[in-house]
Amino acid sequence: MTLLAERPGVVQEPGGPDHGHGPTGILRWLTSTDHKVIGKSYLITSIVFFLFAGVMAVLMRTQLASPDSTIVSQHTYNELFTMHGSLMLYLFAGPFAFGGLANYMVPLQVGAPDMAFPRLNALSYWLYLGGGLTMIGGFLTVGGAADFGWVAYAPLSNAVNSPGAGPDMWIVSLILTGFSAIFTGVNICATVFYLRAPGMTMFRVPIFTWNMVVTGILILIAFPVLTAAMVMLWCDRHLGTHIYTVSGGGVPVLWQNLFWFFGHPEVYILALPYFGMVTEILPVFSRKPVFGYRGMVFATITIGALSTSVWAHHMFTTGVVLLPFFSLMSYMIAVPTGIKFFNWIGTMWRGSLKFDTPMLFAVGFLVVFLFGGVTGVFLASPPIDFATHDTYFVVAHFHEVLFGSAVFAGFAGLSYWYPKMFGRMLRESLGKASFWFMFVGFWVTFLPQYLLGLHGMPRRIAEYSASTGWTTLNRVSTAGAYILFLAVAIMVVNFYVSWRRPIHASGNPWDGHTLEWATTSPPPPHNFFRLPPVRSERPLWDFNHPEHTTRAHEAEHEGGTPSRRGTRATGGGADGAR
Amino acid sequence: MRNESRLLLVVSLFGAVIGVLFWAVGLSPVYATITSGGTIMLGAVCLLGLLPGYYYHWWSRRMSPRSEDDPEATPESGAGVVGVFPGTSIWPFVLGMSALLVCLSLVFGFWTAIFGFSLAIAAVVGVILESRRGGAI
Amino acid sequence: MLLGGALVLGGCNAPTFGAFRGATTQGRDEFRLWVGFAITGLAVAAIVWGLIFWTVIRHRRRGSDAIPRQFHENVPLEIVYTTLPFVIVLVLFYFTVVTENRIDAVSASPSEVVHVLGFRWGWSFTYDSGTGRYQGVQIATAAQPKVLAQPATSSQYPQLVLPLGETTRIVLTSADVIHGFYVPAFNFSRYAQPGVVNRFDFTPTTTGVFRGQCSQFCGLYHSEMLFSVRVVSRADFARWLATEQASQAQTGSGATS
Repeated sequence: MTLLAERPGVVQEPGGPDHGHGPTGILRWLTSTDHKVIGKSYLITSIVFFLFAGVMAVLMRTQLASPDSTIVSQHTYNELFTMHGSLMLYLFAGPFAFGGLANYMVPLQVGAPDMAFPRLNALSYWLYLGGGLTMIGGFLTVGGAADFGWVAYAPLSNAVNSPGAGPDMWIVSLILTGFSAIFTGVNICATVFYLRAPGMTMFRVPIFTWNMVVTGILILIAFPVLTAAMVMLWCDRHLGTHIYTVSGGGVPVLWQNLFWFFGHPEVYILALPYFGMVTEILPVFSRKPVFGYRGMVFATITIGALSTSVWAHHMFTTGVVLLPFFSLMSYMIAVPTGIKFFNWIGTMWRGSLKFDTPMLFAVGFLVVFLFGGVTGVFLASPPIDFATHDTYFVVAHFHEVLFGSAVFAGFAGLSYWYPKMFGRMLRESLGKASFWFMFVGFWVTFLPQYLLGLHGMPRRIAEYSASTGWTTLNRVSTAGAYILFLAVAIMVVNFYVSWRRPIHASGNPWDGHTLEWATTSPPPPHNFFRLPPVRSERPLWDFNHPEHTTRAHEAEHEGGTPSRRGTRATGGGADGAR
Repeated sequence: MRNESRLLLVVSLFGAVIGVLFWAVGLSPVYATITSGGTIMLGAVCLLGLLPGYYYHWWSRRMSPRSEDDPEATPESGAGVVGVFPGTSIWPFVLGMSALLVCLSLVFGFWTAIFGFSLAIAAVVGVILESRRGGAI
Repeated sequence: MLLGGALVLGGCNAPTFGAFRGATTQGRDEFRLWVGFAITGLAVAAIVWGLIFWTVIRHRRRGSDAIPRQFHENVPLEIVYTTLPFVIVLVLFYFTVVTENRIDAVSASPSEVVHVLGFRWGWSFTYDSGTGRYQGVQIATAAQPKVLAQPATSSQYPQLVLPLGETTRIVLTSADVIHGFYVPAFNFSRYAQPGVVNRFDFTPTTTGVFRGQCSQFCGLYHSEMLFSVRVVSRADFARWLATEQASQAQTGSGATS
């Protein structure tokens, strides 16, 4: 049935017409165009891919725990790291954020009844699922899955060096998931541009949604390039073109340019949503507004823009790129990222911090991402990149930033919004245990990898000689990987427990600030029974705490009332005094 | 609508400025490198921001003011019909599977594309009919 | 920051932060930059970590449910912490460019020219000794699959021999896919790419045998695409070159691939 979505005035009675009947069972899942159902499907699918790729990581770490290991063959190892990277980057980190959490939360945060194009949204998911299964299906082909690394550098990825159906399935998978991402990007942008609640101007949109808009634009910039590159690669493999091969007058380095022109915005497509999640969580658990809202928006846009002009810092050692240009542009990204960090600290500053699981993971993200960011600045320097390129130093760096964002911030976002999505709470004890195992395991895994890289261990090697002296550090790193595995297992147990023995969640369990908490958990079809007036970037807080609104503070500030010192003196207990 | 168009125009401007800068630095004989690919892609970034950005700008001067752009709007002012949303529809699933089959023909040969295109036609007809009669699956 | 800058310019006895000190003049330049970066980076990280931990410990909720003051911006402060990172990265960029130009500088008159060819899965080193005439002294090994557990320095793998204290030009390319010519102790790597010829200089400052390895994934036996670099005195180098020339003249073809 087609529904006219009405935006509620003051209060609309629960249970509107037309919601009772409709398809049931699996047909209900196949035919749903509700962003909440699609968002949950995305979430669950991407987490399954994450677990799958995590098992591959543990296998690889086991292989590397001792020199000359033969637990898996070299060929299998090559398949493993290729599929680990591909699953994590293409099928988990991105879709988890922009397909899962954003799909669910962006319409709620802007007060919309659904995504702007619900059927396109459903199509995105089916393309993503089809593409993901195609990628995994590579393992079932005769020659095995793709084994040229997730970057598929030409000419290694051509038909001569990587024959077989597995690489073709990898290419097809990326074409499909690429279109899926593009459709989601269009959908998110259109939703935010056209379906906001009354009074929610662009500069009152929650930061998570802002980050998703910029992510959506980045998707539109980056993914078409990837799809085009993949189509050309397929032509090279099957139609006899020589776009990436020297023999026919092609240019192999063109692949790297195209790939990284996608690849670097992709890094921020993977990071910005997670920055957004952290920016939602920190204010709620500090009971304060986000510090420097406009600075945050400015920083997000700057990061997004700069990310389109830094792609060749992945190609410093090719010798055919403009080193100073890309070096300077890469350094510049440190500036908006720095603004974000200080704003996050400013948000917590003098707050009333409560360390529930989401907050723990969010602060954990700050701590681990910082180190990944600092080593990223090192790698923006071509001379240092010459010394560490394609070593475990780089591996450790991008795992710190990607694991930091997609897993730490991702789990923060997941445990923050889990009550909203599933109507039940996660167990705090299990969540905290998971966090501490993950935090410890993270450092134990990745700090030794920095040292290994500095000692000259290249990435993507299936074995090493004992004479290199890398054994001890590799053992430590493998032990860390097992701890991480345990941490994720605890998280999965947490989901299982909440599924079997639900604890009911209210509509607003965290005293949230934004509109998604202004409805039931989970929200009804078309989301809202009532909308509070929107007067700042945290409408629900203003509604629930009328004496502590953002505007009231501004008025007090402009009125020249007490200095900071004076406010602190009176601010101890009686808030009514202000 | 102003701010939305500004956002996209900023992206466009950035693509243009950086594109020209990149191209100009690449001209210097000190760096004997090929920059044409990057220049074209940065030019595409410029266009990608310019086309929708300018459209929004054009539209923002002609449209009636929206309650979501009004900082003082109340929930009542925006109440009413927001738009027409499809309830349930099987056709996205059919279309997705048809795209999968068409793409798999790149791996397994032309025969899967036959099924794929058949399904795609069915899906397109289905979506159009569904939208016309405003009905269920 | 100042400390970091000072070390970039001077310090030779600085802690290594896990890195190689560099066995060539180019590698030493890189090492000095690395030390400066490491100190700056760790200092920045320590400050920010300090702020995070201090906030987290100092401002955590203790019993009372009071709502804190709802401040949400401080424009002067925000400008300060926008400008400060900007200045820091500009300084880092300056030192980067200076070092990069020194490392990438190629001598007009190198004393040796070696053509390095990467292929699946081995390396060949062809010496271009003499007065510009290609003489074709080629050292190559490419047997595969190789025996496991051999150190890179074993005779299983090809060895590049360089004279101490002299500048050797490396002319690098690839026969098939992209490889990474990586000598950790020289703090240097460069892609060997088909259709692209890369030129760079090594000026070794220490004698010894250094391990090298392909760093860019190149297919099945990537992990075994090892080699080593032996740095010897000029006299030893001349002796070695003469022996190689003689032995290759004997076997005729020259190439042993």
